[in-house]
Amino acid sequence: MSVFVPVSLEDAFESLDRYPDAQLLAGGTDFMVEISFAHRRPSAVVCLRRVAELAGWRLEGAEVVLGAGITYSELMGPQLSGLLPGLAQAARTVGSPQIRNAGTLGGNLGTASPAGDTLPVLAALDATVVVASRQGRRSVGLDELVVGPKRTSLGPGEVIVEIRLPAALGSQEFLKVGTRNAMVIAVANVALVVDWAGHSVRCALGSVGPAAIRAREAEQFMTSRIDWTSRSVAGEPLAVAEFAALVRAAARPIDDHRSTADYRRHAVGVCAQRAIERILADERQGASGRGAWAS
Amino acid sequence: MSTVLGVRRGRLGESAARPDGVPKVRGQFAFSSDLFAEGMLWGHLVRSPHPAATITGIDVSEALRISGVRAVITSEDVPGLKTYGLDDPDQPVFAWDVVRYMGEPVAAVAADHPETARRAAGAIAVGYEPTEPLVDPETAAEADPIHPHGNVLYRQRIRRGDPGATGAVVVEGRYETGMQDQAFMGPESGLAIPAEDGGVDLYIATQWLHIDQAQVAACLALPLDKVRLHLAGVGGAFGAREDLSMQVQICLLALRTGRPVKMIYSREESFFGHVHRHPSVMWFRHHAESDGRLVKVEARLILDGGAYLSSSMAVVGNAAAFAGGPYRVPNAVVDAMAVRTNNPPCGAMRGFGAVQACFAYEAQMDKLAAALGLDPVELRLANAIRSGDSLITGQILHGAAPVAEVIRTCAAAPLPAGHPVTSAELALPGGAGRTADRHRVRRGVGFAVGVKNLMYSGGFDDSSTARCRLEDGVATITCAAVEVGQGFVTLAQQITRDVLGVDEVILAPPGTTGIGSAGSTSASRQTWMSGGAVEAACRAVRGRLLASVADRRGVPLEILDLVEGRVVSLGREVDLAVADAAPGEVLEETVEFHHAPTARLDADGQGDAHVSFAFAAHRAVVDVDIELGLVRVVEITTSQDVGRVLNPVQVVGQVEGGIAQGVGLAVMEEIVLDHGRVRNPSFTDYIIPTALDMPTVHIAALIEEPEPGAPMGAKGVGEPPTISSTAAVVAAIRAATGLELPRAPVRPQDIALAGARPAPGPAPE
Amino acid sequence: MGELIDYRLQVNGLEHEVSQAWLGENLLFVLRERLGLPGSKNACEQGECGSCSVLMDGTLVCSCMVLAASAVGADIVTVEGLSAGEHELSDVQAAFLAEGAVQCGFCTPGLIVSVHDLLEHNPDPTELEVREAISGNLCRCTGYGRILEAVRAAQEARQG
Repeated sequence: MSVFVPVSLEDAFESLDRYPDAQLLAGGTDFMVEISFAHRRPSAVVCLRRVAELAGWRLEGAEVVLGAGITYSELMGPQLSGLLPGLAQAARTVGSPQIRNAGTLGGNLGTASPAGDTLPVLAALDATVVVASRQGRRSVGLDELVVGPKRTSLGPGEVIVEIRLPAALGSQEFLKVGTRNAMVIAVANVALVVDWAGHSVRCALGSVGPAAIRAREAEQFMTSRIDWTSRSVAGEPLAVAEFAALVRAAARPIDDHRSTADYRRHAVGVCAQRAIERILADERQGASGRGAWAS
Repeated sequence: MSTVLGVRRGRLGESAARPDGVPKVRGQFAFSSDLFAEGMLWGHLVRSPHPAATITGIDVSEALRISGVRAVITSEDVPGLKTYGLDDPDQPVFAWDVVRYMGEPVAAVAADHPETARRAAGAIAVGYEPTEPLVDPETAAEADPIHPHGNVLYRQRIRRGDPGATGAVVVEGRYETGMQDQAFMGPESGLAIPAEDGGVDLYIATQWLHIDQAQVAACLALPLDKVRLHLAGVGGAFGAREDLSMQVQICLLALRTGRPVKMIYSREESFFGHVHRHPSVMWFRHHAESDGRLVKVEARLILDGGAYLSSSMAVVGNAAAFAGGPYRVPNAVVDAMAVRTNNPPCGAMRGFGAVQACFAYEAQMDKLAAALGLDPVELRLANAIRSGDSLITGQILHGAAPVAEVIRTCAAAPLPAGHPVTSAELALPGGAGRTADRHRVRRGVGFAVGVKNLMYSGGFDDSSTARCRLEDGVATITCAAVEVGQGFVTLAQQITRDVLGVDEVILAPPGTTGIGSAGSTSASRQTWMSGGAVEAACRAVRGRLLASVADRRGVPLEILDLVEGRVVSLGREVDLAVADAAPGEVLEETVEFHHAPTARLDADGQGDAHVSFAFAAHRAVVDVDIELGLVRVVEITTSQDVGRVLNPVQVVGQVEGGIAQGVGLAVMEEIVLDHGRVRNPSFTDYIIPTALDMPTVHIAALIEEPEPGAPMGAKGVGEPPTISSTAAVVAAIRAATGLELPRAPVRPQDIALAGARPAPGPAPE
Repeated sequence: MGELIDYRLQVNGLEHEVSQAWLGENLLFVLRERLGLPGSKNACEQGECGSCSVLMDGTLVCSCMVLAASAVGADIVTVEGLSAGEHELSDVQAAFLAEGAVQCGFCTPGLIVSVHDLLEHNPDPTELEVREAISGNLCRCTGYGRILEAVRAAQEARQG
């Protein structure tokens, strides 16, 4: 096994050229478990911790551009939690302080677990993921990147470098169901975005399918029911119940040792309902704060 | 921001500092996994991936070819008894013809590097023909035997009074508890060093050094004096280290290679490497008069003992004996049984059978209260056992039994202020997951009381040996009592200081050489047994010291006393510091302490089988998100019958720690099995409470009614906190949800999908 | 077993040579088995218990999750580096002792490091903030009650 610790993308590509099968290592919180627990022995490891281009974030107009190396703790910071509130909420539910300090957004994408907590948020925000290789860069949507449970479309020599997201878009909610209050794999998670300016509702579900699922019919339904001028819903109780039913119908959960399909389906419905209720209630109270820059 | 190390002394009744505390906070305390020996090899076990299979062959040739591998051993290499066990040696060191549980050891490797050992273990080719595992405890007794000793591990029958007695009100229910794991933090580990005399020195984290020694010596075909055990630092136990883990295997590897061999289990392996708490299926029926007085308890309990006997006999004995709870029940028909299956072996875990029974009988008491329209606490008070009453085994309680006071003080404590509507977000069910709608969270309160025996039982002549040596004012205590974190080491020093008035008390490292057995660190027994032995040995030395002074000074012994670290006479003609009282003399006394005799239960489960009992009550407050079935345990209030508080902060530590384990069994902990396969052998999926899950614990009262016959009047405190805390939490969830919830742990779907739950199954046969 | 390499790690202010180590070793293993620093403990090797917690460049992480060879250049602090000297204890260590927060002690080093990190970044945490800060440190013996008291004691002493 060989380990490389490049300090630039160029260096990283060079290592990947030599070892096309190399595993990428960012925060280590998934990868090291594979080494220690599952006893995987890759022939080479390219550690991305010091690659300058992957660190930090910036604002580009109405977009936040996150370096793939950004940690969950950094996502919870004051500025980013204002610009990407749903993502900050998701980051807070990951693991523990130790895991949040080390784990990265790029890693959550690269691992592509069906239960990955940031993935429903990225799906709901229609994130663009920028993948780079020596041949250049390509931008993909989440559903093109994550193609199945723990499977991405990354090719040899490719590295996730950036994630681009709309800044402070509308109202955002993230809910995660787990059987313990810390260090828990999601049994179900739901991300909801109500884009007031763009007149659309986006709802993504996690842990109820091989990858994050956009509940399209539910989205269309709620989009059509929101009065975008008054930012309210007539007949809200019935509407949110129907919304929840459509969310449940979109879920494709399984039974496993953590939970049952029946419970997971039920849980995403409850979470989706509560998420939309909260957003609508906040609007009624004229809450600022979240979505302060909402346009 | 530093403090210079201070020196704190403490007598009995004070929160004396633990002598191992400084190394522990500095990271310098040597746990068994920290041991090192020059030239040491690393050992690794090969374990069966199947819960049941025939072994068709074991090919070690490829493993032996790996560079760095020094030895590979199987059952053929065990020179003595090829099996071991606490009560019956029915468990193979290495399986040879069949494997009976997933994870059963089949072979072992020693190599230069732990990674090499692991790979070599993977290269050992074991041929398995999987067979259909026996996994249903309710049919195991009638099924084909999966072991020559049969599938019924033990039956305990209790018949008391009139089996046909009836009451005005009858309530019944079927209850289940899942398989809990002790989940101690320090994984199993040890170091075996071969000795020049052909024997072996074994450094091991365990709970009872001498019983390990006996079993290891029998397997190694060595005399006891050639098998020397030394206690290595123990990272928690809770029952999981009572059975042997790697002891025989690493001794064999060490003797085979002529080099020290160290082995450390990974966390995954640890889940396979020790016994678990018996899962239970229980049916209870209570009869009561309309005023609430209990008339009769009928119960059938089946405990799944898994593949091997371990301590199932005593666990079942306990479950049956305490099926009546801490109450007066004049009539009892109880049948309890432990069965053998191809599920993981079960044995001792803190609470030891009394936990399972309590979960059922306390649920029953609440049902009875509801049926009678009585307050649940009042019902318990009306039936609470007192000194002079008897248990359903017929044993009269001669010791302290302040059950009513335990109940009253716990129930009278004010409920926590606050309400989910005003709770901080992180404190709602679901925590940082932000799932709760605070207006739809319901708060519930539950109450439960439990009883546990202290010490071993059923006629077993338990003992502990301690030696006190006094020289120039320095006392040295030698005792094989194992410190697992509970604080016996602190207590030993406190006792010595109390009796001898010395400040400096050295504790000799516990081992099997030169000192007799101290018995097991379990059964809430060490304060009584080893504390008793230490106290007696110190008193003997005290007597010798006074006699020595009387002799040298030519004064009658009767006028001398030892007060505040000085030997003094009534008129102060003699006034010597202990350090100066017997210059040049070494005063040493060894005492083997026994508790009062107990008896075996007879064919009807009647007899004075126990030494002493302790009682505790718990009141749990939970907030429940009904729609999602997520539970936040807000607070647990407790009162406990402790005899006497010898070290306040250590007692509190036992109470809080025991409650944490009770909370875990109530809402989150379970080894998930699928046809005998463990689905969650990791801390990712076997989840124990974190600091964000643990409620505030409020100790309403520690009732100090001195226990006659107990050294220093103190009762053991380790287990009572686990007996009724689970029952209280689930009772609180029932109160919040209105659901029956007959099973622990309660899972979210049990609450959230309650409308769709199937009806409970039939009573166990 | 694969390639063996040499590298240097900066731990507790000192430079340590790591010689002929297998590349796949995690930092926890290297600290314990190669650098003579067994204070950090291995209770799960999966990032689920926090008993291996160390500070890396001032950030709290699980050392079992760090590939040792990739930690070159980082400033690593373990529990052994938290007290000022051989006969001294940090205030957090002293508080743990005084409040009875140590039973078996296996979780203790990781907790000491986590609490140091907490108070460094948040000198006056609420109880919930403390619970969240130590939610990555599992303890099986204490039920966290005395640990919370120890943190409160250390916190108050720093302010008083």
